[in-house]
Amino acid sequence: MTDLTNLGVKDIRDGVDSGEFTAREVAEAFNAAVAEAASLNAFIVTTPDHALAAADAVDAKRAKGDDLGKMGGVPIGMKDLFATKGVQTTAASHILEGFNPQYESTVSQNLWDAGAGMLGKLNLDQFAMGSSNETSYFGNVNSPWRKAGSNAAMSPGGSSGGSSSAVAARIAPAATGTDTGGSIRQPAAFTGICGIKPTYGRCSRWGVVAFASSLDQAGPMAHTVEDCAIMLEAMAGFDPKDATSLKMDVPAWEAGLSADLKGKRIGIPKEYRMDGTDEEILKSWEQGKEWLRDAGAEIVDVSLPHTKYALPAYYIVAPAEASSNLARYDGVRYGLRDLPDGAGLQDMYAATRAEGFGDEVKRRILIGTYVLSAGFYDAYYNQAQKVRTLVSRDFAEAFAQCDAILAPTTPTASFPLGSLNDDPLTMYLNDVFAVPASLAGLPAMSVPATVNADGLPLGLQIVGKPFDEQGVLNAGLAIQQRARFDAKPEKWW
Amino acid sequence: MSVDKATVAKIASLARIKMGDEELERMVPELNNILEWVEQLGEVDVSGVEPMTAVIENHLRLRDDVVDADPKTAGGRREDVLANAPAAEHGFFGVPKVIE
Repeated sequence: MTDLTNLGVKDIRDGVDSGEFTAREVAEAFNAAVAEAASLNAFIVTTPDHALAAADAVDAKRAKGDDLGKMGGVPIGMKDLFATKGVQTTAASHILEGFNPQYESTVSQNLWDAGAGMLGKLNLDQFAMGSSNETSYFGNVNSPWRKAGSNAAMSPGGSSGGSSSAVAARIAPAATGTDTGGSIRQPAAFTGICGIKPTYGRCSRWGVVAFASSLDQAGPMAHTVEDCAIMLEAMAGFDPKDATSLKMDVPAWEAGLSADLKGKRIGIPKEYRMDGTDEEILKSWEQGKEWLRDAGAEIVDVSLPHTKYALPAYYIVAPAEASSNLARYDGVRYGLRDLPDGAGLQDMYAATRAEGFGDEVKRRILIGTYVLSAGFYDAYYNQAQKVRTLVSRDFAEAFAQCDAILAPTTPTASFPLGSLNDDPLTMYLNDVFAVPASLAGLPAMSVPATVNADGLPLGLQIVGKPFDEQGVLNAGLAIQQRARFDAKPEKWW
Repeated sequence: MSVDKATVAKIASLARIKMGDEELERMVPELNNILEWVEQLGEVDVSGVEPMTAVIENHLRLRDDVVDADPKTAGGRREDVLANAPAAEHGFFGVPKVIE
């Protein structure tokens, strides 16, 4: 039998359905791969029994001739930002260590209802704040990729770095991610996999640990565009428990896939040609244009004049929302409590939060608190929200001339862990191409394009109109079919 | 605008995060670098521009006026609510004495 861990979502689902192998065999193969790969530190906890139980349920359904579901028999990794009933949920923080949710998040429940099982809870940047997976309380995640001729540990990207590492290392066929300002797309690009952030509101935020609520969106990370389409269909859907959930039917994205882009116009934003962007990335962007042209699309120049201001606006809006969202961690209702001798309630709050939050989380809470404080609200927060309106308007105007936008996902390839830690700002700049689509709530996807001279993957990003995940997936498919990306990290773990 | 140590101490106190002298001193240049960088937003002409309130047009919904319509968010789940509390006592959240 072929090694089942080489298969992705579609092949597993179809193979289980046709009886080529059982769901249990798949779950056992991936459980074993997870157990062998502890050195990646991709998982915070593993849940082999959950994967096996879900697999057995799918095999039993098949024996009875029942429908197996969109994800029937596919074991996945769950980013540890989704509340999972009875399974520790930490957001990679000390303050939530040991937190045992009494309920299941809507997105994870949707996946279980579709026949998926859980291999474990995936490591991430603490509270999803980071771009390298170096802010987790549970240690850095290692990318399975290494530079040619080097043993230096590389970043899997962040914040969904456990997800990207696990999928790239083929210890999970797919994983959930969340994207606030690039946290699905940047790690996908760093590790040579696909990842899509849908339109804001497609996936319920209920039961997802909140970072910046006006930006947070869940999405799938997997090997192929088809696998992302399948998994996104399973994750998405209206949820009355999320006030910003879109009351729209979930399109049949998988059935609608087509790499024929005849009659489509793809916009190239001139402002994304920034100083400091890697030459090889610019080259892959040129190549991407050729691929889409070859698929029948017309390439047109567009302008997104406020691109430069998107990142600073994000670093006001996101910390502001985070400072408010993270006020709930008070040592009273759940999570860590630090009660120094003789301390009162206020001292307990301050001690608990000092002990429970990491440096990057504290930094963002302080920035957020400052920009919302009396006297500074207008100058910072209100100004940032106005700039956000302009960033969003730029996209609306560009989409009058094109159907989707092609850009690089990141300004550089992955970097060694520890190499960007001296200055938070250099780390923030990693998301310069990803953040604008987040601020505008647009669907956006990263697809692997090629590897650079160091042998590290580079990704291309497609940004679509609101609700047009199909257009994004289709352009992604056109790239995938032409890039024929088949590089794999050499196994060292 | 830039912050000094006293300002950072004030913000940390508003955010209820205990910080020692050393940590406050370390935070000052870090926060100032970030604040200096976001200052560039001041260059943008925003006259007549409304601040964004909803990223995707959406209608605010009212739920049906039914008590406990969704069991997942309904009442009557005291045990579940208290299950993760660091100091639950007698069906309540326990906190240090707040009234002298």
